[in-house]
Order: sequence, then C-alpha cells, then structure tokens
Amino acid sequence: MTSPTAHDDAVVLHDAAVRRGGRLIWSHGNFAIPRGTVTAVVGTNGAGKTTLLDAELGLIPTSQGDITVLGRPAGQSNQRIGYVPQTYTSGLDSTITARQSVILGLTGTKFGIHFVSAEEKRRAQEVLEFVGLADKADYRLNELSGGLRQRAAIAQALACSPELLLLDEPLANLDIASQRSVVELLARLNHEWGMTIEVVAHDLNMLLPILTGAIYLLDGHPHYSPIRSVLDSDLLTHLYGTRVEVVTTPQGDMFVTPNRKLEPEERLQDTHDVREAAHFHEHGDPKDGGTHADAHIAGTKAKEMNR
Amino acid sequence: MTIQFAFDPEWMSVLTAPFMVNAIEAGLLIAVAAGIMGYFTITRHSTFAAHALAHIGLPGATGAVLLGLPVSLGLGAFALGGALVIGALGKKVSEREIATGTVLAFATGLGLFFARLSSSASQQMQSILFGSILTITDNQIVGFAIFDALLLVVVSLVYRPLLFSSLDEQVARAKGVPIGAMNVLFMAIMAGVITVAVPAVGTLLIFALVVTPAATASIVTRSPFAAIIVSCVLCLASIWGGLVLSAMFPTPPSFVIVTLSTAMWAIAKIVFRNR
Repeated sequence: MTSPTAHDDAVVLHDAAVRRGGRLIWSHGNFAIPRGTVTAVVGTNGAGKTTLLDAELGLIPTSQGDITVLGRPAGQSNQRIGYVPQTYTSGLDSTITARQSVILGLTGTKFGIHFVSAEEKRRAQEVLEFVGLADKADYRLNELSGGLRQRAAIAQALACSPELLLLDEPLANLDIASQRSVVELLARLNHEWGMTIEVVAHDLNMLLPILTGAIYLLDGHPHYSPIRSVLDSDLLTHLYGTRVEVVTTPQGDMFVTPNRKLEPEERLQDTHDVREAAHFHEHGDPKDGGTHADAHIAGTKAKEMNR
Repeated sequence: MTIQFAFDPEWMSVLTAPFMVNAIEAGLLIAVAAGIMGYFTITRHSTFAAHALAHIGLPGATGAVLLGLPVSLGLGAFALGGALVIGALGKKVSEREIATGTVLAFATGLGLFFARLSSSASQQMQSILFGSILTITDNQIVGFAIFDALLLVVVSLVYRPLLFSSLDEQVARAKGVPIGAMNVLFMAIMAGVITVAVPAVGTLLIFALVVTPAATASIVTRSPFAAIIVSCVLCLASIWGGLVLSAMFPTPPSFVIVTLSTAMWAIAKIVFRNR
C-alpha cells in the first residue's frame, strides 16, 4: 500500500449533492479521505449516512458535483471495494454457511458454469481465519451469533481483496464484547493489510481508539475532519442533538458520554429535520467545507432557527 | 361413514398402466424443476410469492377452459403475467405479504367465477385446485421435458449471480449483478415451474411440492448445490411414493404426495431441531 498523499485519496467528494425521490438529502459535500485511514461517518438518524455510502458505490447518482473513489468516478471501482451493509437482520434466516457466503463474495458475479477453484477455496479459508471464523466456517449464517455474523459479512467483503472497506453500522445490535472484537478486527485490517476503512457509526465510543478522522453530516452537509477536531463537546452536542461530553483519561483515551448532570430538564432538543437542515446555509465556496468552527457556527445558527 | 384404506392386491398392474407410466415420467420432470427452483425460492425468501403465483394462475386456467384453450396455456400465461409484475417491482415486494395475499385471494375468487361460467370449467376446477397427475398426457410430458431442459441451461448460466443476489441484494448490486434482471428472471422461471407442477398437486397444494422439499433439503445439507440435489430427490420421493402408495391403497395421489413431503419435513425438523 502506498503512503497516503494528497493525490492518492481513497474517496474524494467535490461539491457533491444527492437527492432521493426528489428530496435533497445532503449537499456541498467536500472532503477527501486519505488512503490507509479509518474514518467514521456520523450524524443523526436520517442525515444521509447510508446514502453517502450508496453514492460512493455509485448506486445513486449525484445530483450535483462529483465523487471519485479509488481514483475513478463512483461506481467504477466497486470490484476493489468491500461493502458490508446492515446485515444483522437479513442474515437471520439464511441457511448458507459462512464459507459459502465468502466463496460467493469471490464468485458471485460470474455468469456461466464455474467450479470453485482451489485458489478460491484457499482465499476463502485465509479470510475466514483472519476474521476468526475458521472453526465456525461451516456453520450456517443463521446459526451464528450477531457478532460472528457481522464477522462473516466482513469476511465476504474481504474475499475480493478490496482496497477500501465500507461498513454500515457494523456495531449495531451487538453486545459490548462483540463490538470490541469487530473494532479490533477493523484495527488489524487497517494495520496489517493497510486497508482504508469507512464506517457508518451511531456510537463513536467503541471506534474512537482506531479512528483517524470522521465525516460528520451536520446541517445537511458532509464534512471531513481529523478526529481531534471532531471530538469537541459542543460540536458533538449539535451533531447528536443531546448533551455530549468529551473526557480525556490519563491514558489519553477519549470518551464521548451523554452527561445527565449537564443536561437541564427544560433544555430544548436540538434535533432538526434533515430536509430543513439541508437548506440551512448554502455556502457555495467548496474550499470552506470541513472546518470545525464552520460547523459550530452552523450548529448555532440551526439552533436559533429551531427556536 | 368409515374411512377405508383398503389394500389393492392388483396394485402392480395399476402401476404399469399407461396413465401411471405417464405420471411416473411426469413426476421425474416435475421433481427436477420444483427441486431446483424450490431452493432458490427459499434463499430469496420468496416462498409466499411463489405460492401466490399458483393462485394467480387459477383464473387463467379456468378462463382457458371457458375459451376452449389448454389449461396449461391459461395457467402459464396468468402466472407469467403475475411473475413479471412481482419481479419488476423487486424482491422487497415479494416479501409484502398483505398485498400478495390480497391479490392471491382475489385471483382465486376470479378463478371460481370463470369456472362457474361453463360446466366444463366447473368440472375441471377440482383437478386444477387439487391436481390430477394420473391424467397427464404424452404432449404434456414433452412440454415438461422441454421446460426442464431450458431450466437447466438457464439456471446453470445464472447460478452464482442468482445465489449471490439472494444472499444480499445490496452487496450483489454494488458488485455489478443486474438485480432487476435477476428478479424478473427468477419470477418468470418460477411461473414456469408452477405451470409444470400444478397438474401434479394443484394450485392449492403446490407449496408442499415446490417449497417443502427444498426446506427439508436446507435443513439436512449445508451447501447450496447439495441442497438442490437433495431437494430434487425428496420431491421425486414424494411424487413417486405418492403414486405407489395411492395405487396400493386407493386414495387421491395429491393427498399422499403432500403427506409424504410434509412428513419428511417434520422428521427433518425434529431430528435436526438443535441446528
């Protein structure tokens, strides 16, 4: 893997906007995710986090601007992208085994009669071992716990040796131990395989130790920011619409916690409708996207408009 | 009234009668089609949609009799029409049980209405609803064989993308599998399977022939290919077993076929309940 340079970004958005069914989801998306990094996509429900992944995969077109993924327009590099959608429920009644699922990740797009080669079997085994499913490879997906099923889904995405891994809420519905093991898996992928990882997440706590940066969907605009800048109590409070506090422990770990003591009873919830938010401010200059001060001001503005 | 399962000592001669030979041949061809597509129906979570197709075909079948056309033609045309609509609307729609169920009920009612318009359609109603494997003609067998050959060719060509898109539509779409085409193709083939299988057990019992053996196979095997083979074998065992038993103890073959299929599923469920 080459070292990250300005010209070698994994995902680049240039003044991108996306509409779904005629309504604006987000606009003025301007950011670049460097290769070899781990990036979280954060924002409230319905802010367009999954839509961002869909747009990067070229599954929905941009209504404005452009998206470049792995050096090519969105949708043209998908063979080099591993994609893990929210599979928790969809895998519940699947009778296919983890191994079969990984092999389909390798051969699933092949039309015609195709016998699984020794090389493909070897690759499937390698990936299953990496995610720690080697001993349960022949379990059906519906026999695996949520955490193991998530690892099976990641294994399927890894089968084709992707350069970029997109995950949609991989920690949702998992218990803390499973969340931790999935996070550890992502960290190993990043360190050992140099994988660029973009992960949609609701709860940043678990991911914090491995994050390089975050894309925050605030006021209807996706911005990229290094993780230190995102970890600002005020920004996170605006982002989630509830009081959030950043704590730095002696070990240097940072946690984001909702703090009841800091939240007055009468406080108005700062959540706002996404459609509304998408139109809050129309800043046309693509260079200004992504600073945390900008987001802060925007958040305050949004708050005023809400009251 | 007493129920008699009297043993027929002449059952061997029944089994060698021309109508029975036709039924046995048809059974093999039906088992191949139902076994293969049954497995995909389960992995795609489209079992209810498949069941609905048989009912959507019912007014086509009785309507065809009304117009003096072959039952299979009307059944096939209506099932295909329904299949293309469901397929075009996407896989999510086949999981919409209320809409599918409502259309199913309406179609069944329409089938009854057409049947009542003529006495010949009325007479055929029972065999369309419950099957008449013993009346399958040589021409039908030729039709079944052609359909099976086509099915084998098409399925072997789309096997992996079809399976991949069954597992997770989003991922398959991102990887370039034409999801829309897969949906329409799957439903169209399903309409063909329904048309072939209805003469065996009828529109009402078809679930037990197309879906149940595949469900049993999914319980006892772990690879898709093995499940398809086992599904075909179980389907064949149900049909042939049903024919032999209904010859030995005169009963409607459809009843025995469905009973065997259900019993195998129940046994598999109990034996493998911990899996």
